[in-house]
Amino acid sequence: MVVEALIKEKVEVIFGYPGGAVLPLYDALFDADIKHIMPRHEQGGIHAADGYARATGKPGVCIATSGPGATNLVTGIANAYMDSVPVVAITGQVPVPLIGTDAFQEADITGITLPITKHNYLVKDVKDLPGMIKEAFYVSVTGRPGPVLVDIPRDVFVQEANFEYPERIDMRSYRPTYTGHGGQINRALRVIREAKKPVICTGGGVVGSGAQEELLKIAEMAQIPVTSTLMGLGGFPGGHPLSLGMLGMHGTVCANYAVTESDLFIGIGMRFDDRVTGKLDSFAPEAKVIHIDIDPAEIGKNIAVNVPIVGDIKRILGQMLKKLKKGDTREWVSQVDEWKRLYPLGYEYSEEELKPQYVIEQICKITGGDAVIATDVGQHQMWTAQYFTFNKARSLISSGGLGTMGYGFPAAIGAQIGRPGETVFCIAGDGSIQMNSQELATAVGNQLPIKVAIINNQYLGMVRQWQELFFKRRYSSTFLEQGPDFVKLAEAYGAAGIRVTKPGEVVPALQQAMEIKDRPVFIDFQVASEENVFPMVAPASPINQIIGGGKE
Amino acid sequence: MKHVLAVIVENRPGVLTRVAGLFSRRGFNIDSIAVGETEDSELSRMTILVEGDENVIEQVIKQLNKLIDVVKISNLTNESTVNRELVLIKVKAEPAARAELQQLAETFRAKIVDVSLDSIIVEVTGDDEKIKAFELLLRHFGIQELVRTGKISMMRGVKYIKINGEGGKSG
Repeated sequence: MVVEALIKEKVEVIFGYPGGAVLPLYDALFDADIKHIMPRHEQGGIHAADGYARATGKPGVCIATSGPGATNLVTGIANAYMDSVPVVAITGQVPVPLIGTDAFQEADITGITLPITKHNYLVKDVKDLPGMIKEAFYVSVTGRPGPVLVDIPRDVFVQEANFEYPERIDMRSYRPTYTGHGGQINRALRVIREAKKPVICTGGGVVGSGAQEELLKIAEMAQIPVTSTLMGLGGFPGGHPLSLGMLGMHGTVCANYAVTESDLFIGIGMRFDDRVTGKLDSFAPEAKVIHIDIDPAEIGKNIAVNVPIVGDIKRILGQMLKKLKKGDTREWVSQVDEWKRLYPLGYEYSEEELKPQYVIEQICKITGGDAVIATDVGQHQMWTAQYFTFNKARSLISSGGLGTMGYGFPAAIGAQIGRPGETVFCIAGDGSIQMNSQELATAVGNQLPIKVAIINNQYLGMVRQWQELFFKRRYSSTFLEQGPDFVKLAEAYGAAGIRVTKPGEVVPALQQAMEIKDRPVFIDFQVASEENVFPMVAPASPINQIIGGGKE
Repeated sequence: MKHVLAVIVENRPGVLTRVAGLFSRRGFNIDSIAVGETEDSELSRMTILVEGDENVIEQVIKQLNKLIDVVKISNLTNESTVNRELVLIKVKAEPAARAELQQLAETFRAKIVDVSLDSIIVEVTGDDEKIKAFELLLRHFGIQELVRTGKISMMRGVKYIKINGEGGKSG
């Protein structure tokens, strides 16, 4: 019955790991016309489902058994929740009569995931099953998307009932707003017309809503510079003259200056996270704020908003485009260009030492920027955001809100399965790749040609950087001298392994990797060990006080 | 400032946990909460007293609205309302003190609902002030136990909470 429901939902692929409580489901899947990918750890499974969802825009589906199977999903669920990714997790549960008795492999997974799911269900009666699965998918993908968990006891899987799958769904307690309020849109348009120094900031919502074309038109018509959060990269072409690059802690100097000096800040599908705003009091202090988001609870949560517009971004920007009149921003755009020219991103290239930024630049070059890039979390993630030019939506797949190390590689697996013909890179650190390197078996088993670029500096680099800057270089537990030989590790699983130690070897290694079409490849880039990510704004500081960039 | 919210929720298992969990993880303080079925058996109504300024209450309401099982939220703080709370108080009552207690109870329109050799249980309903005053007086006799239901609240006059009316859920 579950399988029938999944077919009704047009699920093409499931990332799942079997176990006692889901045995009946796996028996049904054995003959079903749905692709099933088995990870080597449930966390890998849910991250893959998450990566699949981000790469394709379709909901990612994963399955785990009761108890430890379900609890192994927890990090992945929290990750999807923080970044508003539509994931449906189906977990097995002990039989209904045993619930609450501390039975073997029992865990109260609906209780555990209460704060990290958009909603969750415990199906105690098979009659409720079709309706609950329908609702789960509906809730997960509509409004502000998010993970939904459906917990199904073992005996419910085998109970029989008439399968009536609801065609439509109407929940009196859940009705997202899609169309923007006309009055607010008019106010926003007036404010935009009057603004002399406007800035747009794109968040993950622009990508999620598929609003990149509308946004591009608005920015070009009204001549407004565009910055972005990490999650919003690709929502506006990074190579566009109006693009300022990323905002915030590791954002560009020009983006941080522009926002600080702006008289109008237009936040679109972003949630004013502390990594973006820095010290709230000094964030865009002179600016009026227009905030467009599908989730009314995000509006006014962290900063006061002058013009709130709740609804679907694509639709709202479409509504705005009809009546948009531009103001005069010529002076402002040339000021912003001046900052761009004065304070570009940069690093000291070296012939001796391999610089991580150089590696990212070469990946960008060899792919022509036309690739799906999944990242882990840390320095390499920030260098990727800075030195890879993301021109297309859904080309960056990265753990933004939760900052989950170990996310990148399984997410790349999900992305490659969702977009089979395309080039998929995973850019990882030597620390984070080890958090889910077991998924090499999954990637090899499914002949996925993922290119894993390990930025190996033998440190937990971002933590080390903070220790250097804020803890007197006391490198407590951040040195990874025991790191494995990544080439041998890859080969042990049947994947390819390449080692790169000098700048001259980077391009040939990447070319070699691009030629491999039938298995994953690990490229161990042994980079300068104490390179830092700059520019940087210290936590809780104003974003125009920048370390390693800007005015001294 | 104290706010009174009437929250209509689906009458399903786990809804109270969802609401209570939301308050604790977002750092909102519940002063009291009273829950029961409504005229429609599929719906429950929670009356929640919450402390906080306007911004906090706005966030409380918006976050509550995001819970899938929450159908409607009404802020009754600035409405003209009838507010009631029921309190049971077990007071020491030597035979000599009983007459005086009886009189006090009558004054407050409280009822003596149980009598034993050396104590009685008094039931009193009313608003905050009345209950506070009554409790203060009974302290002189010695309160052994006190239990309260939490406040419930309803708008006066022609206004009432319509499930599908204005202020229903969006987003």
